[in-house]
Amino acid sequence: MTIPTKSQKDDSQLRQKTMIARHFDRLAAAPETGEKNVYTFVPGNLTELLLSFDLLPVLPEINSLQSAMRGKTAEYISIAEKLGHSEDVCTYVKSDIGMMKSGNIGPTGQRLPNPDLLLLSYTGCFTFLKWFELLREEYHAPVAMLHVPYQPDGRITPAMRDYVVKQLKDDIIPALERISGRAYDEDKLREHLKLSAQAEDDLVWVLQSAKHKPSPIDAYFGAVYYVGPIFSAFRGTEGAVAYYQALRAEIAERIREGKGPVTPDGDIEKERFRVVVEGPPNWTSFRQFWKMFADEGAVAVASTYTKVGGVYDAGFRHDPSRPLESLAEYCLGCYTNLGLPTRIEMLAQYVRDYEADGFLINSVKSCNSFSAGQLHILREVEKRSGKPGGFIESDLVDPRYFSAANIKNRLESYFQMLEQKRLGGAA
Amino acid sequence: MNYTIGVDLGSTTTKAVVLGEDGTVMGRGITNSRSNYEVACQVAMGEALINTRFSLIRGRLDAAGVPAAQARQSVLTLERWFRAQQYRSQLFVLTRELQRFASKLLTGGPGLKPAVARITEQMEVEIPELFSEGTRRKSDFFRDLAGSRYMQLAEGEARATGVGFDQVVGLFDKAILDVENSAEAAGQFEEHVRAALVHAGDADGELGRAVTDIAALKLSQIGSVGTGYGRQRLPFPEGQIKSEILCHGLGAHAMFPDTRTVLDIGGQDTKAIQVDDQGIVTSFQMNDRCAAGCGRYLGYIADEMNLGLHELGPLACESKTPVRINSTCTVFAGAELRERLSLGEKREDILAGLHRAIILRAMSLIARSGGVSDQFTFTGGVAKNPAAVRALRALLRENYGDVHINISDDSIYTGALGAALFALREATRGHAVTTH
Repeated sequence: MTIPTKSQKDDSQLRQKTMIARHFDRLAAAPETGEKNVYTFVPGNLTELLLSFDLLPVLPEINSLQSAMRGKTAEYISIAEKLGHSEDVCTYVKSDIGMMKSGNIGPTGQRLPNPDLLLLSYTGCFTFLKWFELLREEYHAPVAMLHVPYQPDGRITPAMRDYVVKQLKDDIIPALERISGRAYDEDKLREHLKLSAQAEDDLVWVLQSAKHKPSPIDAYFGAVYYVGPIFSAFRGTEGAVAYYQALRAEIAERIREGKGPVTPDGDIEKERFRVVVEGPPNWTSFRQFWKMFADEGAVAVASTYTKVGGVYDAGFRHDPSRPLESLAEYCLGCYTNLGLPTRIEMLAQYVRDYEADGFLINSVKSCNSFSAGQLHILREVEKRSGKPGGFIESDLVDPRYFSAANIKNRLESYFQMLEQKRLGGAA
Repeated sequence: MNYTIGVDLGSTTTKAVVLGEDGTVMGRGITNSRSNYEVACQVAMGEALINTRFSLIRGRLDAAGVPAAQARQSVLTLERWFRAQQYRSQLFVLTRELQRFASKLLTGGPGLKPAVARITEQMEVEIPELFSEGTRRKSDFFRDLAGSRYMQLAEGEARATGVGFDQVVGLFDKAILDVENSAEAAGQFEEHVRAALVHAGDADGELGRAVTDIAALKLSQIGSVGTGYGRQRLPFPEGQIKSEILCHGLGAHAMFPDTRTVLDIGGQDTKAIQVDDQGIVTSFQMNDRCAAGCGRYLGYIADEMNLGLHELGPLACESKTPVRINSTCTVFAGAELRERLSLGEKREDILAGLHRAIILRAMSLIARSGGVSDQFTFTGGVAKNPAAVRALRALLRENYGDVHINISDDSIYTGALGAALFALREATRGHAVTTH
């Protein structure tokens, strides 16, 4: 490992920081400026549509994970538990409730405005429904519900797409018109979608750069930063396009220099293991968790978590020529909306395409949408890819459920197993 | 003689296995793990090397043509007296430490030091009897052996002289740590074996010659690997530390080459491991956020019932109608037990239910790791418990049909054996030699 140099604080990172800061400034000033906002979720977010009405998106999941990285969630979760939320409830929800009850101070330390609308785009996570019921109780804000049919067999039928488009036309757009006081402007939407597709092309290029050996990126820990703009409030903006262009150029440079991924503790100098990762990361001990991989020279070359806000590497792009249809297809194709057979195939394909030595599942008990069926996934992907799977358990944002010694022990055993297999027993 | 050594530093015990260059197990050593891992490691390694020398003495007698039965008996007798000498040496350190702590105690009173002295003198007197032929000793660990006798004698002293029982016991609790944390207390092979030879007889015959030769033999370490929960604390370089999963897999394969599924229940973790025909691990599962259903659980139960850990299994095996117990939470174990006792359940029935509950939890890990493939090997300290084995056999049959189940008497050494084998593989590629 080398000490991070100034050049590693890349241009892309600085851009992202500025984008986030500006966005939260606007949110904080909203009560004065009169700008309206919409709370919504990452999977199935309709950012371009919101932007076409000049509405500001607020993503409660992102706020929760940011709170965790700032060391706030222990306190927030405890507040939610005092209010009666059980230990088994999704910790994103409890963190959000705790944050709300503590003055709704967001990740930048500024107060977030109350929601003008709760846009519930339901893409496979049942908890989302309950979460917004709680927020509705608290804020008395209206809810617009988009019901996205589950993809049980990995196929989007015309009926499924039409059903979503109909809801967009009949329910969602009228709700957005009411909140914003503006009429639906399809041309404006097309402009945003065009920008989305450009950024998506570059994002996919960045994620697929991990096919290089050594991989210039970590496609799990590192990539959570890369997906930041496109998964949150910036898809369909000029800012996001510029961000991904800058990022792509930086990664291209790393490839030219034969460099491995950047980590908070410096570059990974020798890629010893290439792994695919399934499941969300732990956010309370994010850096420690990443270091457990980096210390072993383990690089994530692909991950499913970086697809929760859209599975672009499978070919989908937002399409300005079919605005509502492509938004519907986007929602239907989110990772959380996919059935187990599709997820298994996707993981097995990642293991093959990225020439991984194995794959790891970080299972989060309180996250039903991800975790149900993960042991089945483990067995099946092992069978199909012929590569060994590993299984660790932690949590999203509850620091009580990150048992560092045990996780480290498990990871070390796993990586040694990979090495032993590689050496065919001569290790 | 060149050897490699594997050390498995577990949460309850530390085990060491010594291998000859041909991969034969030459010696095994075990000791209580303690706060000072380095000492635990040294003691276990020292014990394994002592055990190795006894194996070598036996080999020398065989080579000299001494009939097998006689050779076996001679070595057993020698080892028994060796243990007596070792005990004497540890008792010496204990006595010294007890007196030192008694002197420092401000509230001791004039009767305390003489009372403690009388206890240790009596323990000294009892050594020959304790180690005489046919005597069954409750434990091989000095702490357990000396501790239980010390408590009995302390009770007598308290009754007879009025000295505070708690004070006398408190001194032991302090002093024993210094005995355990000093590798010297266990002493050196050569010093004890000579004294043992006097008791064992045949000092001038084949045994005497074998002892002289082997005591003088240089044992050269050509490789070492550490594993287990405390492996980061083992005094080995990083490259010589291996995960216990790999070591248990390889160790089980070495003991039973047809093994495909391994279950290891240790003090604080349970591991389900799948291995291929080379002993290479292909998949594994471990308990993670919770240590319910591990060996430590049985330790709590034993404490609650005021029984020795080794007494639990046999008592549970007497059960005719096991109680159904679902909770394997170690912290709740005491409450669960008292509740059941208050309901009038029999101790053996409760214990049988608890053993089944532990194995049920292990079955879930086995299923997660990929199920059971023939043959199945059960390892770890809990594999020595007959009630756990009985419950495992029943549940395996229920869930996976007839599976060949391997359990070795030396199952507790599986991880250390695997570690020693890794060390041997490494050593055959050429490594520095350390001589002892």
